[in-house]
Amino acid sequence: MKPVIVKQAQAFLKVLALAVPLLMNTGVSVSASPAEAGAVAHDTAAAVVAETAGEHAGAAAEGAGAGHGDKPGDVIMHHILDSNVFAFEPFGEVELPRIVVGGFDISVTKHVVMLWVVSAILLVIFSLVAARYKNLTNRQAPKGLANAMEALVDFIRLDVAKANIGPGYEKYLPYLLTVFFFVLLCNLLGLVPYGATATGNINVTLTLATFTFFITQVAALKAHGIKGYLAHLTGGTHPALWIIMIPIEFIGLFTKPVALTIRLFANMTAGHIVILSLIFISFILKSYIVAVVMSVPFSIFIYLLELFVAFLQAFIFTMLSALFIGLASAHEGHDGHDSEVAAH
Amino acid sequence: MEGFGFLGAGIGAGLAVIGAGLGIGNVAASAAEGVARQPEATADIRTTMIIAAALIEGVALFGEVICVLLALK
Repeated sequence: MKPVIVKQAQAFLKVLALAVPLLMNTGVSVSASPAEAGAVAHDTAAAVVAETAGEHAGAAAEGAGAGHGDKPGDVIMHHILDSNVFAFEPFGEVELPRIVVGGFDISVTKHVVMLWVVSAILLVIFSLVAARYKNLTNRQAPKGLANAMEALVDFIRLDVAKANIGPGYEKYLPYLLTVFFFVLLCNLLGLVPYGATATGNINVTLTLATFTFFITQVAALKAHGIKGYLAHLTGGTHPALWIIMIPIEFIGLFTKPVALTIRLFANMTAGHIVILSLIFISFILKSYIVAVVMSVPFSIFIYLLELFVAFLQAFIFTMLSALFIGLASAHEGHDGHDSEVAAH
Repeated sequence: MEGFGFLGAGIGAGLAVIGAGLGIGNVAASAAEGVARQPEATADIRTTMIIAAALIEGVALFGEVICVLLALK
């Protein structure tokens, strides 16, 4: 019992010894020149932020690097937006090639590189898992990575695909699994140091939502035929109302993918903006106390929340894709339509 | 007149959050009530609640995106 208390006291003293000099320094950091402010900001980052969370250190170092007269808003936007430079801040940066073909900028940007990294990681993971499954007999349970992936795959298969699409869900399962793991890994790689959130780019999310849109339309066409599909656009109302119903239903087709797009994009961007804003509070107020009491704990809290949101948004995207496919291919005619309206 | 964009963005962000808060609060309250009445339906209620909350949150985020655009224009 006693050694535990001694150890705890020692640990507490160590923390105190670390914190007190920081607190004593509070008033000193008001600096005259922007360059000096950058240097001080960098020191703060090194002392307080670096040891707590890698990404914060990256962000703060980025802030210090861009700190020659930039406003925090500019630095935050620099972090959020796509660019042709892949920054590894203390070690320099990699300039990515700029390719323009026929007036279209198709250069390989930061987010494109992240998409490739995600694809590569997914290929490696699932090749390994598939190879392990081949070696299993029917009575053996998978272990380790294969087991973890099996839990996720089974969750998507049963709770998302089967629950929302119903019979014939196997056809859509490959798409749903792909989109789930792709979005999940994109979201998670935005939270590691030097990573960028590819799903925080509206082009990426719009592309994913467009896949869902086309699959939904094809499912609807297959389930109802071209006649049923067109009849669906009238909402099952009297012909006199068609002049109102058809435009509404037609717009309704496009609101679903647009909502998917904006939801994923805004969720992933918003979290990063909040984390960076919390860090910049201490730089704006130029105070260590704010950094220790507010910026670091709160940004760690938001960071952990972001971990949850990364899973949640991947799940929601897959779930809503499955739901839309299920509603489009529902065989009960217009019964499915009511719940579709309610879903908005 | 420059500052009115920021004013609008700030007020808009607040209003969007109020709406989303009320909406998600309602969803969570009803879900908690439902689970208390029928604990065996917890899984179904949770799924429905998450979908509804995500849809409400999506609308709130539309508002927030517009506010960010206003503030950064």
